[in-house]
Amino acid sequence: MASVDVSGLTISFPLYHGDARSLKKTLGGALNRRALSGRFAQDNRQRVMVQALTDVSFSLCPGERLGLVGRNGAGKTTLLRALAGIYEPVKGRVLLRGRIGSLLDTSLGMNPELSGRENIRLRCLFSGLSEKAIAEVEQDVESFAGLGSFMDLPLKTYSSGMAVRLAFGLATAIMPQILIMDEWFMAGDASFIQRAEQRIAGLVEGAEILIVSSHMPEIISQWCTRLIWMEQGRVVMDGPTEEILHAYLSAEQ
Amino acid sequence: MSSNEQPAPETAENTMADVSSPRRPPVPDEPELRSEIAAQGPEPVLDLRPEKGFAHIRHAARDFRDGFALFRLGWTLGWLDIKLRYRGSMLGPFWMTISTAILVGSMGVLYATLFHIELRIYLPFLSFSLILWAYLNTTVSDGCATFTSSSGLIHAMRMPFSLHVLRVTVRNFLTFLHSVGVIALVFIIFRIAPVPDWQIPAGLVLWGTDLYAITLLTGVLGARFRDMPPVTASIMQILFFVTPVLWKPDLIYAGRQYMLLDPCYPLIEIIRGPFMGLSVRPSIWLVAVLYSIALWIVSFSLFARMRARLAYWV
Repeated sequence: MASVDVSGLTISFPLYHGDARSLKKTLGGALNRRALSGRFAQDNRQRVMVQALTDVSFSLCPGERLGLVGRNGAGKTTLLRALAGIYEPVKGRVLLRGRIGSLLDTSLGMNPELSGRENIRLRCLFSGLSEKAIAEVEQDVESFAGLGSFMDLPLKTYSSGMAVRLAFGLATAIMPQILIMDEWFMAGDASFIQRAEQRIAGLVEGAEILIVSSHMPEIISQWCTRLIWMEQGRVVMDGPTEEILHAYLSAEQ
Repeated sequence: MSSNEQPAPETAENTMADVSSPRRPPVPDEPELRSEIAAQGPEPVLDLRPEKGFAHIRHAARDFRDGFALFRLGWTLGWLDIKLRYRGSMLGPFWMTISTAILVGSMGVLYATLFHIELRIYLPFLSFSLILWAYLNTTVSDGCATFTSSSGLIHAMRMPFSLHVLRVTVRNFLTFLHSVGVIALVFIIFRIAPVPDWQIPAGLVLWGTDLYAITLLTGVLGARFRDMPPVTASIMQILFFVTPVLWKPDLIYAGRQYMLLDPCYPLIEIIRGPFMGLSVRPSIWLVAVLYSIALWIVSFSLFARMRARLAYWV
């Protein structure tokens, strides 16, 4: 059974670039006037740290579809990356059971110089699949993404919608139990979004847990069973979709 | 599984226009994939928290294990890097072979005259040393970008960091193979035969592991400090002249004993000697092994300490 458990997760980025001391002074001065100081801290070596996530805790059961909402810079992408195991926690704990499929980076973790087929192969090799299984995945992704002869052309010749279809098809083909998606993937058109939803629903034993961040209320309310509203790297509200979405949208206006 | 039917064969869909095609099953049946995923055992557990004490070393060791388990992927990535380099080039890899041959040929004649050494002795020495040095130099300079150049991959999904090191090691090895033909040609022309004994395999293994460790070390440092490329470039420049690459080690009389302080000298000598049919002093082997152990300790402990932070830096 897939499950996600996050407790007291804190993530902070050190700022190495430029003169940290003078940056600290500038920021310190600016921050005292505005109430932003929660985002900046200092570690014990006097380095300035950006507090990306502070004390985030939640857990998900199989079947839950979590949406993350919040403004730009609220820490949604950082949280998704921490869940995918890319950023290891500075404090707290992240515990995931299940195969993880992630659609995070805008480059999709693919090489733009390589063809769609080659990129599929690489992803399959990462999952340790044999040639036979790779052929199956290739066929599956091909029929989902509908790229036709573009499959053998370099990724850089694709339109952004085509690249997204390929990446989504690939991430879902290897049957993840936990699927983590960032908001850029909504770059697809309406028909794609519809097909994507069907595909997720069609993964019977795959994608038992879906975690997605989005700015689009329609998609969120259609896809998610639970929402977390984030602000300044903290969880503001956590609960059923309707309730949180209503509170979030009315706060934004 | 909603249906067993295979997806319809692709119709000619050459246009950017898109996928309003008839409804296909959302997930087609994939018996092989299913059985293979099932064979991979129970679902993996990812348990992350701040590392304390020996957890650093344990996790780094696990990273290595996972990375080598993905050897096929590492090899393919390195191979594709080389393939992409020549996409759109006419002579492709032969450019490198030709330019190496020209460099070795012209420098060989010039320095043989300057040093008053017979060409028959000097040219094989120079070709072997120069090509080996180029391999070492590429490893050090490419190593700095091991993690920074894979930042897209690192930010896209969790994978062992040692996989990126493996990829760069494979790429550099394949680059090196481009020039091996030049060495072979020179050796055949001047009738130089390697001594076939334990020294050749031992030397190759030591080189392989050392180059991996160098890539790891410079990769971690290069991810944190962006001024690593110029720093390593100037260090390698100095080492190039200090190490007997252009000049034969028996040219130096005063201060011979200090030569072992240069880590590159024993490392190059243990492989150059056996291949050129010359014996290598045991002291050189001893020093080479000691330097390698030191290199591994330094790079492994640095990697273990910094592994969890790498994704934050790139």
